[in-house]
Amino acid sequence: MKRIFQSAYLFFIYLFLYIPILILVVYSFNTSRFSTNWQGFTLNWYRVLFTDGPLMEAFANSLIIALSSSTIATVLGTLGAFAFYRYRFLGRQIMYSFVYILMMSPDIVMGISLLLFFITLGLSVGAVTLLLAHVTFCLPFVMVTVYARISGFDRNIIDVAKDLGASELQMFRHVMLPMLMPGIIAGWLLSFTLSLDDVIVSFFTTGPSFEILPLKIYSMVRLGIKPEINALSAVMFLVSLFTVTIAHFIIAKENR
Amino acid sequence: MVRKSRFRNFAIGSPMLWIAIFVVVPYIIVVLFSFLTRDPEGIVRWEFTLANYREIISPVFLRVCKNSFILALGTTAITLLTAYPFAYILTRIDENIRRFLLLLMIIPFWTSSLIRTYALIILLKANGILNTLLLSLGLIDEPLSILYTETAVFIGLVYTLLPFMILPLYASLQKLDRSFIEAARDLGATSRHVFFHIVLPLTLPGIIAGSTMVFLPALGLFYIPDLLGGARSMLIGNFIKNQFLTTGHWPLGSAACVILTLLMFMLLLWYFISTRKAHSGGMETVR
Repeated sequence: MKRIFQSAYLFFIYLFLYIPILILVVYSFNTSRFSTNWQGFTLNWYRVLFTDGPLMEAFANSLIIALSSSTIATVLGTLGAFAFYRYRFLGRQIMYSFVYILMMSPDIVMGISLLLFFITLGLSVGAVTLLLAHVTFCLPFVMVTVYARISGFDRNIIDVAKDLGASELQMFRHVMLPMLMPGIIAGWLLSFTLSLDDVIVSFFTTGPSFEILPLKIYSMVRLGIKPEINALSAVMFLVSLFTVTIAHFIIAKENR
Repeated sequence: MVRKSRFRNFAIGSPMLWIAIFVVVPYIIVVLFSFLTRDPEGIVRWEFTLANYREIISPVFLRVCKNSFILALGTTAITLLTAYPFAYILTRIDENIRRFLLLLMIIPFWTSSLIRTYALIILLKANGILNTLLLSLGLIDEPLSILYTETAVFIGLVYTLLPFMILPLYASLQKLDRSFIEAARDLGATSRHVFFHIVLPLTLPGIIAGSTMVFLPALGLFYIPDLLGGARSMLIGNFIKNQFLTTGHWPLGSAACVILTLLMFMLLLWYFISTRKAHSGGMETVR
């Protein structure tokens, strides 16, 4: 009896979380433009979506930013995680807590602070500022993901490499990097997802000259619901579903 | 001893420099702006003032704050009360199923909350699924108008932020040492005793972490009321956004950001203190 009740509880929570998304996906195939009634299956909204010039441009922009910012953040974050593990340096402890604070800090504060920073520097917001902002909020997530893997390592491995005459760079390149690869890939995938989905930080750090998908969706939804947005949202959900699932399996496999 | 190689300096320097330039310096600028003067023409002048902070304790802002705080506290309370038993049940489940269920929770955690908010609109609107369903079941006679009310904003916040409460709680319940519970039971403690004197204090860090991850975004997620709520349901996030986009009162917006950051530091401090206590005090409770 208790077990049934427990299973039912889990089931209802998952239902609550997934029903809206499922409806969204199902309705992206509905023929009817306005009504909630099911009027037949169509791929028309996807066709509309993929022939919409400005939307496709925003999609391309989002992809460029997500690919490049997650790559830069992964390089920096991997170096940072390694540095935290391997070296003792001035301000290490402060920086370490800062990484965690950064993950917790409200998006809006980061967005505003970067906006004011760019304005102070005299930079106008666009592709470059957006890239810098995305690298910044992805960075701590990569650091934490890679650090979680590196902190489980046997420190003797480093000593062995050093005893055999490897320089710091060689040891990092030939010993650490291959062992860290799963963590690095997972960190990259999570950054990619974060970057692709971000609304709040992007809202303040890009302008009309460089539009990205989430902001485009945001301004479209304010004007009302369109079946193309259903299709677009379904596509974006599937992208996150895909990247997060892979990242999850990579991390879960390590921990086993 | 590690020799100070060029690689060492690069590995430490590049990420730390990035954080210094793009996080520390911008925060300093926000703090600086929060003390600047805005003249009647709307131009920000380099003149030190406390007026922005004074304005923040003015009735207008306090009303926004109060509304936003009540919404955020309500969201935190509801998500905590639903998530705690959920996370607890999850830790007791067979490992193979649990791994899959955990993934099902991680997916919405990472999925764009904008898209999830949009999905809610389809569900809640007057001729949406929920109303159609309730009408056809005969449970209601006329469509409920939930969308564009404060209730919709509340539902939206709970819906978007629930995974952010569940995952930290799950992590801390997972780490809970079961031998404490068994020991207490052997010594004759009731279920209530075990829960309030052992499980709850030991998982307090998880509760605070989850609450922080729900409470802070619940103050800031400005697009949720923009999309789901009427004009009246304003979050602190909307207030800040308006200062920068419509009113052009940057110093006031900056001051609100500073307050939000201070709030975060207080919550994080509480988290660290509770972690210490859970590590040392947990033992004492059992002793």
